[in-house]
Amino acid sequence: MVRARGDTPSATQPTALIVDHLTKRFGERTAFQDVSFTVASGEVFGFLGPNGAGKTTTVRTLGTLIAPTSGSASVAGIPLTSDNGPEIRQRISVMPENPGLYQRLTVIENLQLFASLYGQRNAGPRINAALEAVNLTARGHDLCGSLSKGLRQRVGLARALLNDPAVMFLDEPTSGLDPVAAREVHDLINGLRQRGVTVFLTTHRLEEAERLCDRVAILNTTLRLVGKPDELRESLFSRSLLVETLAPLAAPGDVFNSTNGVESWQTERESSYVLSVADPRNIAPQVVRALVAAGADIVSITESRHSLEDVYLQLINEDPEASRR
Amino acid sequence: MKFSFGRLIAVLRKELREYRRSPFIVGTMAVLPLVFLVEPLITIFRIGPSVSANAVEKAVGGTFLLLLIAPALLPAVIAAYSVVGEREQGTLEPLLTTPLRREELLLGKALGVVVPAVGIAYVLFAVVQICARLFASNPAVVSALGQGPHILAEILFAPLLAGWSIWVGIGISARASDVRVAQQLGTLSSIPPLAVVALVSFNVFTPSVTLAVVFALVLLVADVILFRIVSALFDRERLITGARAQRPSGGGGHVPPPGAVRRIPRIGGTADG
Repeated sequence: MVRARGDTPSATQPTALIVDHLTKRFGERTAFQDVSFTVASGEVFGFLGPNGAGKTTTVRTLGTLIAPTSGSASVAGIPLTSDNGPEIRQRISVMPENPGLYQRLTVIENLQLFASLYGQRNAGPRINAALEAVNLTARGHDLCGSLSKGLRQRVGLARALLNDPAVMFLDEPTSGLDPVAAREVHDLINGLRQRGVTVFLTTHRLEEAERLCDRVAILNTTLRLVGKPDELRESLFSRSLLVETLAPLAAPGDVFNSTNGVESWQTERESSYVLSVADPRNIAPQVVRALVAAGADIVSITESRHSLEDVYLQLINEDPEASRR
Repeated sequence: MKFSFGRLIAVLRKELREYRRSPFIVGTMAVLPLVFLVEPLITIFRIGPSVSANAVEKAVGGTFLLLLIAPALLPAVIAAYSVVGEREQGTLEPLLTTPLRREELLLGKALGVVVPAVGIAYVLFAVVQICARLFASNPAVVSALGQGPHILAEILFAPLLAGWSIWVGIGISARASDVRVAQQLGTLSSIPPLAVVALVSFNVFTPSVTLAVVFALVLLVADVILFRIVSALFDRERLITGARAQRPSGGGGHVPPPGAVRRIPRIGGTADG
């Protein structure tokens, strides 16, 4: 199956992850609490949150490394129980933030080890394919200790590809990478999307989540929001038009209040105005006509777009605990 | 998912590759055996033709003790590094995200230490035997070294003593938070079995085939019990997070499919909003 971003998996597609009121506590400290969401097969799901929000602990819990305190989950169609750990781990791959490679072994030796742990015999072609996918074929015989951080991250990704996972957990895969290396990782994740692999991506980079993810969840110990980036924007911010004129309007209220579809307006700077509108595309021509009729010289009129970062900051700023972190 | 020898062998192969490329481990494996070899050879060569059979027996007993120290002491430091070392270099978490079972990991690591340690112990024993036959001036030395119980004890005790040291070392490694502490504690692991061997070597117990077999069986049972204890001590959650695993309690409820935005109340709300 080849899938492009935007072809969001529907609710009828098989579900790769079901998380149901999951909680993890370490003694008195709560890592995450009452978290529920689902991820469809083939979806790239972004998991965002500030430091200490519980993102990595969630990945470790779903990856069967640690046991939840309460709640339940299903990973790759298998209920999350301690007895099912090996079966779940056979069908998923987890790339931790630190790829954790054996420095004294070569890239190929590292991959051979993990291929064997996944029970793959004659893993040569699969290792070659994984190296090719991350553009590392020429470095296969290098010791991992001699590789740069970006290259090690790529080896970690190659390792995560070895078992052809149903669900791939990537914990901050571009952490510490330069923009070029980060872009290569993005391309790889897009490639995984096209192959129908479910990707669970934790990241601090909001533009990365916006670019790559079909849906995102914002976690701050409890889950704050789940949805498509566009829907999140619309749910938190009204749509608006940004109008800039050459000179300040003499009576902006007269112009904007009399224009159909403009719900409210405010002056942003001296000759710049933000109009709240329900349908920017259809209201913009009416605003232009009203401005021209009022004798205004229009410099620009654009739809004001809030980024995922705005959504994130809005939610996190609402949360007093996060601002203390 | 069943126990897999393939995964065990994969861990063993990785361990041996890593040792081979570690100057510290190669150095330790090379230098310590030389120390254990030189002293017994000097002892044997200093036994003159007029030395009584009783004195020869005592000296040879000491030689055996030194030869058995090697398989008990050599693995201790490496075994103590095995788990906590992986944790420190960040390789443990990726390893534990694979289908690898803890028994496969532990046995693979134990074999990775036992194979070189026992190999070195047998080579040392063979060198001492050959040198004694070629250069010893007192024929009683060759006779004492060639006694069946001594040879049987060496063959049986070398892997069993190594097993003891390895399991204690891995057990310490699975619970320690620092490599140095683990290695220091690991060296102490060889003391109890060596105390028993010392009693045999110094004829507090008279060496006999029966005695050697009984001690070997006791060590074998101890090794199996230790393996089970170490398996139980190996707690993934504690190793990854430093916190003890807790039993999950109940939960449940309906989880909606992927779809529209869900705004979740901050306090006291449900996840569905």
